[in-house]
Amino acid sequence: MKKHPPFSLERLWAILVKEFTQMRRDRLTFAMMLGIPLIQLMLFGYAINSDPRHLPAAVLLADDGPQGRTLLYALQNSTYFDFTRQVRTETEGHDLLARGQVQFVVNIPQNFSRDLLRGERPSVLIEADATDPAATGIALGSLGTLLNTALANDLKGPLAFLNATPGPVDLRVHALYNPEVVTQYNIVPGLMGVILTMTMVMITGLAITRERERGTMENLLAMPTRPAEVLIGKITPYIMIGYIQVAVILIAARVLFHVPMHGSIPLLLIVALVFIAANLAMGITFSTIAKNQLQAMQMTFFMFLPSMLLSGFMFPFRGMPHWAQWVGEVFPLTHFLRIVRGILLKGNGLPDVARELWPIALFAVIMMTLGIKRYRQTLD
Amino acid sequence: MADDLAIDVRGMTKRFGDRTVVNDIALQVRTGEIYGFLGPNGSGKTTFIRMLCGLLRADAGSGTCLGFDVINDSEDIKRNVGYMTQRFSFWEDLSISENLDFVARMYGVKNRVEAVRQSIERLGLAGRQKQLAGELSGGWKQRLALAACLIHQPKLLLLDEPTAGVDPKARRDFWEQIHTLAAEGLTFLITTHYMDEAERCHRLAYISYGNLLTHGTVDDVINHVHLTTWSVTGPDLIQLAEQLRKQPGVQLAVAFGNMLHVSGDDAAALEKAIAPFRKAPHEWQRIRSGLEDAFIHLMEHSKDNFSA
Ligand SMILES: Nc1ncnc2c1ncn2[C@@H]1O[C@H](COP(=O)(O)OP(=O)(O)OP(=O)(O)O)[C@@H](O)[C@H]1O
Ligand SMILES: [Mg+2]
Repeated sequence: MKKHPPFSLERLWAILVKEFTQMRRDRLTFAMMLGIPLIQLMLFGYAINSDPRHLPAAVLLADDGPQGRTLLYALQNSTYFDFTRQVRTETEGHDLLARGQVQFVVNIPQNFSRDLLRGERPSVLIEADATDPAATGIALGSLGTLLNTALANDLKGPLAFLNATPGPVDLRVHALYNPEVVTQYNIVPGLMGVILTMTMVMITGLAITRERERGTMENLLAMPTRPAEVLIGKITPYIMIGYIQVAVILIAARVLFHVPMHGSIPLLLIVALVFIAANLAMGITFSTIAKNQLQAMQMTFFMFLPSMLLSGFMFPFRGMPHWAQWVGEVFPLTHFLRIVRGILLKGNGLPDVARELWPIALFAVIMMTLGIKRYRQTLD
Repeated sequence: MADDLAIDVRGMTKRFGDRTVVNDIALQVRTGEIYGFLGPNGSGKTTFIRMLCGLLRADAGSGTCLGFDVINDSEDIKRNVGYMTQRFSFWEDLSISENLDFVARMYGVKNRVEAVRQSIERLGLAGRQKQLAGELSGGWKQRLALAACLIHQPKLLLLDEPTAGVDPKARRDFWEQIHTLAAEGLTFLITTHYMDEAERCHRLAYISYGNLLTHGTVDDVINHVHLTTWSVTGPDLIQLAEQLRKQPGVQLAVAFGNMLHVSGDDAAALEKAIAPFRKAPHEWQRIRSGLEDAFIHLMEHSKDNFSA
């Protein structure tokens, strides 16, 4: 038994040639591997506007002085708010919020103008429908400055002292979150991680199950080959696909979305290799566990959704509860997002990157080991 | 002695859940022999072959295959065995030559390019080597599979229904090739459902419901069954067969073309049973039982055989 080498480069090469040839013939998959990143970029980059404006709002204007009106016009002019309704009572406002007919209710209290001029810092209450934090976040974020500049015109001359900090108005926002500012700068680099995760895990998830379903597994198993040769041979061609995707996204990020690229692109490409390998290893492990292609697909999505939700791509990572952050730390996507954003937007170098890189590498090694262990060399 | 045996296994057993699919089978195949492996559908032939080349883990059993331990040395066995699966299992999205090339690489064949070229030539596919394997007709797929099994010059070939769906001429060529290779020292274990092919084997084994019922040369197998057979010619054989089947002592009444074979394993009882029917217009003749009579008999009575 000992006379056989544990790993044969010749057989690895044989499998590589076979996989490349099959990949070349599978035009549809090939096209999808290129099409998915492009379509997703368009969707996330253009269609999904993460800086929403003209959000429906209601106003409860109990004040009859001029400053209340000034405030309202200013809010309207910011284009974040569209005051579609005027309500008379708080309950009415709550009903509109509950029914989703407005996203905000702006509550300007009685004697607002009077109190303002007296320097009593009257409060303005803004109630926000927080079910979609991404939709309301920016509008709310802009409020503070908005109020101050709006009233600055009215508070001139002898009243100018009212502009001093902490501002003439006590702004109260009723919402339970504190989102990071999300822009396309943030989303497009993040998409690189999301797209790689989805396509890489899926494509290799199908790799072994496809052989099993087509009956070719029996033939492969009858040959003298080692699990590592088969698995490495099967994932390597997809590293190339992964790089093509990275290139497509980087070019689009630059040309279409003008995402700044402060850091080193070669460094990013090296990191991408580790990340791609981690996803491929995960896919191939799924492939050894799943009984058929359908199961492999289901496992892919079972993994993909939480990693997208908990990685900080969809929601601000710091805004999640601690347990969710812990789970999120497991996914390679979480770390990769930080790396990509770090390199592109902040110009991070190797020391910053390394801190996030080792969890991805560890994940890859564990997954690959698991895959090799799980790979059955028999048909039962 | 043992060197003479390409396959020498005992007690081979495989269970799927609580169903015993291969039950305590012992088999000896001599080097250079063409060994036929027969049995009805689902009798465990494929399962047995898969255990031999390490594709299924045997639940029990021991022995050697080409001198290697059949349980522990499957890697060595795989290197020296060519296994042709029952279902076509080459890559349909690879061309003929790519498939052969892949196999040759996997086995580390020396002079790979030349070996592939020769193999394609022998197949008679020289002009079509670029064609995708998936586009081949069923019979051509079988031929490609056989060629691929031979490319690494194995010492033992396990062929699982290699000629299913192959036309008669190709089948004859195939068997000629097998006999030539066997003469060169290759050993074959071949499953088949064709009687003419069974008769071309040096020795046979017959299994049913996972049990080895009989084995030996064609004559051994026929003698083992102790069958007496009569042939009948004349009109209305179907009705006659129906009546005969009701008689005690008649175990089989099977139509062979325009002839009826009537057999039973108790010669006296059979003779008594058919006596009333031995009149014009039918012509009766006692014949030597054939392999097919024996197999049909085995198939019909195998259940009793192993409950007894
Ligand atoms: N992986 C499996 N799991 C469960 N049962 C199985 C499995 N493989 C085979 N069997 C069962 O084992 C029995 C023997 O199957 P096998 O394929 O060995 O028969 P066979 O003699 O090759 O039949 P055929 O002439 O139809 O090819 C069948 O009843 C089959 O249903
Ligand atoms: Mg079979």
